[in-house]
Amino acid sequence: MSANGVVQIVVFLGALVALAAPLGGYMGRVFAGEASWAQRVLGPLERGMYRLAGVRADEEMGWKRYAAALLLFNLAGALAVYGLQRVQQVLPVNPAGLGAVSPEVSFNTAVSFATNTNWQAYGGETTLSHLTQMLGLTVQNFVSAATGMAVLAALIRGFVRRTSEGIGSFWVDLTRSTLYVLLPLSLVLALALVSEGVVQTLSGQATAQLLDATTGADGKAVTQQVLALGPAASQVAIKQLGTNGGGFFNANSAHPFENPTAVSNFLQMLAILLIPAALCFTFGALVKDRRQGWVVLLAMLAIFVPLAFVTVGAEQAGNPVLASLGVDQAASALQAGGNMEGKEVRFGIVNSGLWAAVTTAASNGSVNAMHDSFTPLGGLVPMWLMQLGEVVFGGVGSGLYGMIAYAIVAVFVSGLMVGRTPEYLGKKIEAFEVKMASLVILLPAAAVLIGTAIACVVPVGTAPLGNPGAHGFSEVLYAFSSGANNNGSAFGGLTVSGVFYATAIGVCMLVGRYWVLIPVLAIAGSLARKKVVPAGAGTLPTHTPLFVVLLVGTVLLVGALTFVPALALGPIVEHLALSGALSGALSGALSGALSGQ
Amino acid sequence: MSTHQARPLFEAAIVRRAIIDAFVKLDPRRMIRNPVMFVVEVGSAFTTALFVHAAVTGKGEAPAGFILAVSLCLWFTVLFANFAEAMAEGRGKAQADTLRKARKDVTAKRLAEPRREAAVEAVVSARLRQGDVVLVEAGDLIPGDGEVVEGVASVDESAITGESAPVIRESGGDRSAVTGGTRVLSDWLVVRITANPGETFLDRMISMVEGAKRQKTPNEIALDILLAGLTLIFLLATVTLLPYSMYAVSSAGRGSPVSLTVLVALLVCLIPTTIGGLLSAIGIAGMDRMIQANVIATSGRAVEAAGDVDVLLLDKTGTITLGNRQATAFLPAPGVTEAALVDAAQLSSLADETPEGRSIVVLAKKKLGLRGRDLHALGAKLVPFTAQTRMSGVDLDGRRIRKGSTDAIVRYVEGQGATVPAEVRRVVEDVSKKGSTPLVVAEGSRVLGVVELKDIVKGGIQERFAEMRRIGIRTVMITGDNPLTAAAIAAEAGVDDFLAEATPEAKLAMIRDYQQKGHLVAMTGDGTNDAPALAQADVAVSMNTGTQAAKEAGNMVDLDSNPTKLLSIVEIGKQMLMTRGALTTFSTANDVAKYFAIIPAAFAATYPSLGALNLMGLHSPTTAVLSAVIFNALIIIALIPLALRGIRYRPAPAPVLLRRNLLVYGLGGVVLPFPCIKVIDLGLTAMGVS
Repeated sequence: MSANGVVQIVVFLGALVALAAPLGGYMGRVFAGEASWAQRVLGPLERGMYRLAGVRADEEMGWKRYAAALLLFNLAGALAVYGLQRVQQVLPVNPAGLGAVSPEVSFNTAVSFATNTNWQAYGGETTLSHLTQMLGLTVQNFVSAATGMAVLAALIRGFVRRTSEGIGSFWVDLTRSTLYVLLPLSLVLALALVSEGVVQTLSGQATAQLLDATTGADGKAVTQQVLALGPAASQVAIKQLGTNGGGFFNANSAHPFENPTAVSNFLQMLAILLIPAALCFTFGALVKDRRQGWVVLLAMLAIFVPLAFVTVGAEQAGNPVLASLGVDQAASALQAGGNMEGKEVRFGIVNSGLWAAVTTAASNGSVNAMHDSFTPLGGLVPMWLMQLGEVVFGGVGSGLYGMIAYAIVAVFVSGLMVGRTPEYLGKKIEAFEVKMASLVILLPAAAVLIGTAIACVVPVGTAPLGNPGAHGFSEVLYAFSSGANNNGSAFGGLTVSGVFYATAIGVCMLVGRYWVLIPVLAIAGSLARKKVVPAGAGTLPTHTPLFVVLLVGTVLLVGALTFVPALALGPIVEHLALSGALSGALSGALSGALSGQ
Repeated sequence: MSTHQARPLFEAAIVRRAIIDAFVKLDPRRMIRNPVMFVVEVGSAFTTALFVHAAVTGKGEAPAGFILAVSLCLWFTVLFANFAEAMAEGRGKAQADTLRKARKDVTAKRLAEPRREAAVEAVVSARLRQGDVVLVEAGDLIPGDGEVVEGVASVDESAITGESAPVIRESGGDRSAVTGGTRVLSDWLVVRITANPGETFLDRMISMVEGAKRQKTPNEIALDILLAGLTLIFLLATVTLLPYSMYAVSSAGRGSPVSLTVLVALLVCLIPTTIGGLLSAIGIAGMDRMIQANVIATSGRAVEAAGDVDVLLLDKTGTITLGNRQATAFLPAPGVTEAALVDAAQLSSLADETPEGRSIVVLAKKKLGLRGRDLHALGAKLVPFTAQTRMSGVDLDGRRIRKGSTDAIVRYVEGQGATVPAEVRRVVEDVSKKGSTPLVVAEGSRVLGVVELKDIVKGGIQERFAEMRRIGIRTVMITGDNPLTAAAIAAEAGVDDFLAEATPEAKLAMIRDYQQKGHLVAMTGDGTNDAPALAQADVAVSMNTGTQAAKEAGNMVDLDSNPTKLLSIVEIGKQMLMTRGALTTFSTANDVAKYFAIIPAAFAATYPSLGALNLMGLHSPTTAVLSAVIFNALIIIALIPLALRGIRYRPAPAPVLLRRNLLVYGLGGVVLPFPCIKVIDLGLTAMGVS
């Protein structure tokens, strides 16, 4: 890969950390309820909302009540989105005159946005009215992200509090996350994106006269092009900041109206990782030990950076089969080189590969290139990043609470090796926490494996495949990995609007969100009740480089061990077949794997 | 410390019994308690069925011989794990047998009234009930646990403690408890029985070491849950491989779906069988190591808590200092020669049989070569120590020599109208400040000087405390001394803190205070007044010489009655936890190599290109799968000694321990299986397996 590519990635990471640190500290003050400038400005609004809703700001909820409030709120949101889609044809702000969305796609989309997955079974500008987008999807983009942040805030309180029953109030956490974090950031980002040319309008479509008339598939002359427009910038801002990822347009961030320039691309990548990275600092600030936050951030970076380089490197290297045919795939002043299939020329190899890693490390799922067209290794990375449970940055809030669940497991196993029953941040890790942390890790993985297994053997699962053989398997595996881990990106090549995939992936999204979030809240409740064990020379230190290694090891070992067999049958065998073809020894395998014959 | 012979790890009799037990334990109702090994057993049974099917119909999914080989390996995996547990239990059982020999029925002499002279009735010991009073005379076995109500006797308690030197038991005080099965060597005792048959200390000890009432400890339960979770994940990862490979075959149009035998083999290799198989053995072995150290823990929970302890409350006397104070210096008053002081001090101590008195005589001899003199020949009149006067001495040739505590002598001297020189008072204060006890010597109304009695801190104890500090354990000295003395000794011994003028209430309050702050507290005690503190402490070690109340309140009994042993107890607890963690890490890390062995083998027919993952260059899919399962079974056997003995423990701070153990068991766990599986593969190939 080129030096230019390395520089771009390093600059991106530097900007990310530089912005995340102050934002993290600010969010820490928001969750602690400490006065900040935002609270002075928006405080009356916050208090007004509580009065309107009849919420007491100082209410303390036990974890079960917290979870119940959260579930009810999310259920209400999902029902609203479902309803909006089913009756959008009779509602206003539908300039394109789009009809009702099918029940299975409506279900999938409602679940998808409530769970912060934003998987697109729908087609954006061709399925959803502006009203559905703004009132349904954009609202969910905010509150599903705020829900994740609220759960994280509750978990951190579990560590900080001593012998306490309460873990905070869901309503307060939800309101503050939205009002003080997501709204201001979205406003700033939306304006920046508009300045780069992202569209923001309520008008329906624009029609452009073609300079050069052409012939359509039906043989008729085409002289006009219809350009879909809409309030994109406002939705794109929160889709990235809230790790949602659901595009305004079907082509998502590959669409020139959604992501027109290299600058908008850079800003959007930053926005994707900004809050998940900043929350690590928030964690450090709230547990009153900044090093604890750094450890988690470094562990995430230690997994993310090499994998990002693998993707970009693999894409830049191009296809070995083409190389053997004498095709020049080197980057030069005149060509991007590498594997440019399915990539936007305005982003090139580096920004497409990096985006793929960023969007799957975070549970964002917006795409600016076709992951299906990546090289096998380049496509393996995004898939694996999701399969790790979306804990490398992950969703806003959800990524860090997932990572903390892994930290609990890491502490539990290695804590024993120092001759003490394990403790993390002064709290004893006992059977209940281990049980819940195991659920957090087990259930999304189970949903991916079982979902893929069913899809492999039922005709409704194999029929919509765009490619046969190992690559087709990768497409299915990718879809379920994306759904169950609430990522929402698509490999492509698989038609997912049918009843089977819309329902199966919908169920996986529910499992991956709520069966993770509820155990996490249970951990929060259990930890809050415990005493704090004072740290001493015999305590396992969780603020050291060694613990970074340990945490990374745990995530990789569990993630790798769970998915290596499945990956072996998908991208790994594809990769081996590609490179094996060079030696000529396995040409039979190549045709078998690639063409399915 | 212990007079027990340490048992060899593999004693023939225990091994024989363990082999039989390993088969008995195959009962699924017992196996279900261990989810990991239960899965292996189900897998073993399943592959056996596959083998029978293949052998009978001749149309198996794989060659019958291969299925049989895999099946046998799996059965051995289960048996090896059972064997490990049986070995650990066997060592306890052997210990219990020794104890049981002490619990024979004897004929007891039941007394009608709690007096020695009361009427005696012969009863079988098994029929004695709580409250009965018995007479035990020289040569008799004590028929049951009890409290001495009358008499003094020397008792041989070696049956319980292994300590051959007899101990004194007497009524009243802290040495009144006797244990059934021990033998009175001289004199007689009247004993009130305090435990019904079947509930005696001996009975409880037997059930404890046998592990009959063994319950999983909290940490063991938590680890079990984690292992069950991992097992579920791997179960899913392997079971779903079947549909995946069915798709691959239909799509690639060649090969055949992965065989069930290989899937079961893969599953068993991936689930944490090593730790799953050895987990209970580690716990039992932890109890066993306590027993080897002559400590009986009343529950595995207590052993586990011992590893967590971060505050040790240690009695000064006996633990930190030698039991007795010793004279270390003669400090004459102004105008008195040292010789005069030594002479007077020696005279007043010649008849003093207390250790302090004897140490004065010894020091006098060492200082001035003063020999012992026959006081009777000199016609001396002894003045014994009384609680009222608080001094002792001798009247000889008109000389009235007295020695005693400062207060007592001051009172004595001032009572005669004299005064104590200021210089002497200063010396007294200095001595106190140094942590020593001043003993003032006076002749008539004249103060001759001061004898410094010093608490001798045990050799090596300071290093031991430094060690404790390094592993994060705080040591607190408990003493009845005044704060000045206590501070000096605390400084000399190197403890972190001390509690002076300690009362049982103060001790209890201190423990509660530490616990409130989240600490786990360990302490030793023997007296009845220690009982509340013992009951409150997280790890409470009562001395076997202690009272019944103390033993009831504690959760461990030290048969050697050696208070210093608390330090070893903490180490054993830590070692047990570390062994668990190390083997869990090792077990999980092993999986990496097993993947590289089995995945290419399983899909060799469908995707030959996966052969690139065959890093070890294993001979064939058959040998690859077999090598992995054989390794998986053998590693359990190979690690049994480690599980029973515990991993090496060196006191070090947590980061150092973590780094070392991660390197050895984490990295080692990743690397080791590669060469091992390769060697097994070479062996199989050499044997003609293809």
